[in-house]
Amino acid sequence: MTTLTDAPETSAARETPARRRRPVDRLPYLLLLPCLVVIGGLLLWPLGQVVAMSFHRLNNVRQLRGDREWPWVGLDNYTQILGDPFFLTVLRNTVLFAVANVVLTMILGTLVGLLLHRLGRKMATFVASCVMLAWATPALTGTIVWKWIFDDTSGLVTWLFNVLPDGLSQALFGRSDWTGYGWFNSPLLFFSILTLVVVWHSFPFIAVSVLAGLKSVPSELHEAARVDGAGPWRVFWRITFPLLRPVFGILIVLSTIWDFKVFTQQFVLAGGTQDRSTFMLSIYSYAEAFSPPPKYGLGAAIAVILTVILLVVTGLYVRMVLKQEDES
Amino acid sequence: MKRVALNGAGLLVALFAAFPVYWMIATSLKPSRDIFSATPQPVPTHPTLEHYREILTGNLIPGVSFADFFLNSALVAVATVVLSGLVALLAATAVARFRFRLRTSFLIMLLVVQMIPLEALVIPLFLMIQRLGLYNTLPSLILTYLGFSLPFAVWMLRGFVAAVPKELEEAAAIDGASRAQTFRRILFPLVAPGLVATSIFSFITAWNELIFALTFINDQDRYTLPVAMTFFFGRDDTAWGPVMAASTLFTLPVIVFFLLVQRRMVSGLVAGAVKG
Repeated sequence: MTTLTDAPETSAARETPARRRRPVDRLPYLLLLPCLVVIGGLLLWPLGQVVAMSFHRLNNVRQLRGDREWPWVGLDNYTQILGDPFFLTVLRNTVLFAVANVVLTMILGTLVGLLLHRLGRKMATFVASCVMLAWATPALTGTIVWKWIFDDTSGLVTWLFNVLPDGLSQALFGRSDWTGYGWFNSPLLFFSILTLVVVWHSFPFIAVSVLAGLKSVPSELHEAARVDGAGPWRVFWRITFPLLRPVFGILIVLSTIWDFKVFTQQFVLAGGTQDRSTFMLSIYSYAEAFSPPPKYGLGAAIAVILTVILLVVTGLYVRMVLKQEDES
Repeated sequence: MKRVALNGAGLLVALFAAFPVYWMIATSLKPSRDIFSATPQPVPTHPTLEHYREILTGNLIPGVSFADFFLNSALVAVATVVLSGLVALLAATAVARFRFRLRTSFLIMLLVVQMIPLEALVIPLFLMIQRLGLYNTLPSLILTYLGFSLPFAVWMLRGFVAAVPKELEEAAAIDGASRAQTFRRILFPLVAPGLVATSIFSFITAWNELIFALTFINDQDRYTLPVAMTFFFGRDDTAWGPVMAASTLFTLPVIVFFLLVQRRMVSGLVAGAVKG
């Protein structure tokens, strides 16, 4: 506790009379204590533990309970994963999926944000309310509904494709009867539909944030640029984007983090963890650890790899937020 | 002309965003033969509550009804909200009301911790739950969700505490109120609306969570609603009527709560980047 005595005196002097009596106030630390215990115990300790687990061979739940030894295997789990061509496929899927989703979410979200800014008040309220619905819908039920929309017998999309004139459908896709078509059977189609679901869930946040940012920009700037003859494209890149650069930075980082670890939508859409061709890092880690036979150590190693990737992105995020707190 | 194009685009966006929610509710109100008819009906022409009746009176899994799962979920979510709100309020008060050496470090940690991929913590938390003897109990989930919801709750609440004028507390202190009294009589009532907003976020976090509930609970009668729905839904011949009815009942509370607090979500996440 010796470090506490170094607390700057000036801050003590500004505080309430009750504070002045003691040179060092323990109260803030006491107030923080429960929070620190929870964060330490439920987030930081497990984070350390997952690293520790990744260096052991853990294939039995009794080992987790502490009834059996944990054989140390060093980097074996990592060499096994990194040497497995399947891991590279999963990594490629994850990165491609994240990039595609971030780009699409950012474009759609920004366009909708700009649109909401231009619409009349009533229309803007209506559209914004609808957009909120997509945002508010839990990942689980949102995905279930999309799965129903893509149902192979009575789903809306199957019906839409069946309604296409047979000749056209035949010429474009090589089939005219879509009943029973497995929309989720090929990995590419699966990932496309997953992208649709994830973008649908995540563009509202981008749209609303961009709109909030736009509202903070004085509208004279835009008007002046337009009077000077700049088209909407130029106005966006020359005025709006530079002004909202910090907002865009944070939104891109947050989206990247979220899209890298998509789990629920993937799990529900794939109906579990059986289909390995649609794996991404988070579900791969989960399946290795919990699908029989359990391989907790191997799953932990994959989780560590995912965490390290996200850590780098998080570093960027924290730097951005701190920079903004300084500026404000 | 331009106005028309903009409004048209607006309507398209609205349709894309809201349609799945509409389709969920519409399907839940259609009789089965309309759901599986060759040509989909845009609106339920023979509205019925049969699917709701089926899931509310029948059993999703033998011996356990929708209401039991709903109750499990509600129990976990409410317990999470209460614990998380209490701990967050104390921490937020410390951060917003006091200047102390580790304050900035704590705030940075709070930010970083929110970025930990929770999906990566399933395995070590599973280990911890096993060690604590909490496997297959609802408290295992309450504990887990407390950890997940707390950092954001503190981050958000600190703004509400800071917004309460300090002079009020100082005046109370001069009048001889103890710190505990000041906290209870002055600060708490003024922060209460913020606490409600924060609680809603914790509630949604706990209510929606699937992976941990899937992993930590073994007995079917202890499933939370998301797990029960995944289970219920995983069968081959999917009965879309009851599934959509269950989805609607699961989703509606979240939508209502969410609409109450969504403004704060933006300001909480984009922390300081967006002004005004």
